[in-house]
Amino acid sequence: MTTSTPLLQVSKLSVAHSDIEAVSEVDLTVGEGQIVTVIGPNGAGKTTLLSALIGLLPSRGTISVDGEMIERPEIDRMIARGLSLVPETRALFGPMTVEDNLVLGAFRRRRDAGFDRAKALDDVYARFPRLWERRRQAAETLSGGEQQMLALGRALIGRPRLLMLDEPSLGLAPLLVRELFRMIEGLRAAGVSILLVEQNARAALRVADYAYVLELGRVGLEGPADVLAGDPRVISAYLGRGADATRGTSFATRHEIPAR
Amino acid sequence: MNGQIALMLGQDGMTSGAIYALLALSIILVFSVTRILLVPQGEFVTFSALTMAAMQSGRPVRLGVLVFGLALVALAMDIVAERQRHRRWTVPRTSLALAAHGLFVVGLGLSVPFDHLGLLVQIGFALLTVVPLGPLIYRVFFQPIASAPSLVLLMVAIAVHVALIGGGLLIFGPEGARTEPFSDSVVQLGPAIIASQTLWVIGVSAALTVALWLFFETSLWGKALRAAAFNRLGAELVGISPVFAGRTSMTLAALIGAVSGIVVAPITTIYYDSGFLISLKGFVGAIIGAMSSYPVAALGALMVGQAESFSTFWASSYKEIIVFTLLLPVLLWRSLRQPSVGDDE
Ligand SMILES: Nc1ncnc2c1ncn2[C@@H]1O[C@H](COP(=O)(O)OP(=O)(O)O)[C@@H](O)[C@H]1O
Ligand SMILES: [Mg+2]
Repeated sequence: MTTSTPLLQVSKLSVAHSDIEAVSEVDLTVGEGQIVTVIGPNGAGKTTLLSALIGLLPSRGTISVDGEMIERPEIDRMIARGLSLVPETRALFGPMTVEDNLVLGAFRRRRDAGFDRAKALDDVYARFPRLWERRRQAAETLSGGEQQMLALGRALIGRPRLLMLDEPSLGLAPLLVRELFRMIEGLRAAGVSILLVEQNARAALRVADYAYVLELGRVGLEGPADVLAGDPRVISAYLGRGADATRGTSFATRHEIPAR
Repeated sequence: MNGQIALMLGQDGMTSGAIYALLALSIILVFSVTRILLVPQGEFVTFSALTMAAMQSGRPVRLGVLVFGLALVALAMDIVAERQRHRRWTVPRTSLALAAHGLFVVGLGLSVPFDHLGLLVQIGFALLTVVPLGPLIYRVFFQPIASAPSLVLLMVAIAVHVALIGGGLLIFGPEGARTEPFSDSVVQLGPAIIASQTLWVIGVSAALTVALWLFFETSLWGKALRAAAFNRLGAELVGISPVFAGRTSMTLAALIGAVSGIVVAPITTIYYDSGFLISLKGFVGAIIGAMSSYPVAALGALMVGQAESFSTFWASSYKEIIVFTLLLPVLLWRSLRQPSVGDDE
């Protein structure tokens, strides 16, 4: 992991909404086959960060994929490089069937001769048998958990190299959250690298290899997920009793970063 | 009024209703994919009708000049855009092909005596000339402001409409024109005598509707367009670019308009500025369908056709007023059912 070039390397990334900077000088690395999580309170800039990485928002700083810097990160290029984002809203095609949603997930591969669409569809159904049962149903008629599954399936069918998930557990019942995180671990086992943005810090730190804490657009803390899970500052702000991730507690100063 | 007249009026209403339904479909398609209220929809109708008329009367087809001109502007815009993106000079192949096509229709339009060629050749050439206007208008006027507020898009749409009418006057002149019917025969259907062109209009509209339905339901392209209409973010994330969706929907809009123009030209006298009232009635249908439901819009458009036809009989000078007054109860009902609607997104 430390010897090979990382899949995604971001340095000094800043992103602004009109003239207000929502993400400031963020450095972040995702290695091949890793789950890396970004946790932080509401409004910390997590969604803004992912939007910039997929090329929906312009940014300053550098984004490299496989060690190659992307000159102008625009969405078509980032998708072509194998980045895939499941947004917070899931952005499904509501009135269309589950199967059509999945098939469209591979739209970027339409001219790719080496891509076997039927096989990719079968693989998604094998991973999510529920979607196979509901394949003729309109996406908007699925339950919340099934919709999240469909969003995952749609992002996976084009065989992305890096899957970015924006608060996938949002709005799911605790039992479904547990199932979802098991699926995310299953994806890593299948070789997909994952950048996981979560407010559910406890669950995210449990599955992740490495973690960043984002506060007010800056990385306040980072480290191996199990080390951060034991860090008193993280415990009191995000894990401890009474800690409310939606409000969070801001670190007043930038803390020293544990050695990687 | 007796039964005979009622049948005739019903037939007339059905014919215009079928066209309004097609236009309503097109307007909804473009609106849901791009947020553009396609005011110039009617210009595709008039341009193709007047192009057919020009060919049949042995005059040169000058519309190609507009196609070529727009294609050159589009080519320049694409070259500049590529230069800004990649910091090197490249000529995008699709815009070069469109410019070449523009030159092709200018050349043929000015030199070939289409009045000596068959109807099918004329129809083919009218489509080749009018349909590229759809993607070109999108490229030149709408793509640069694709994410602007809806109101800006609407104002640009109106400006394009007005500019096209001006262009139409220069290209086709102020005279109205009518083309020859596809065939002269009449059909006796029970007590009614139906002109065969009426059947052509209804048949072609029905066939085009079915073809569009198949396109949207079964082809990957069609599904991608629907996806872009249902969720723009989702579409972008799977690689359906807004430019692709906008260009394709405008191409379809131009195709629908051009086909409509070709089939109605033998029935109605078309002037360079007839497009506005034609597309306005398509709008009424689209609004009845709440800018989203195709079947309801088609039904509404058919009703508009009937209302127009029957009010021509009873109060012909008020027929436009009657048709648009119909819109008021629909709007009222909609606003009561849906108390507040956000502007964008
Ligand atoms: N479209 C927008 N325009 C202006 N400000 C925005 C926009 N989206 C988010 N912001 C602001 O940027 C900051 C970060 O938001 P966001 O990235 O959504 O945070 P998170 O996903 O961590 O909850 C917030 O202060 C938010 O108000
Ligand atoms: Mg967010």
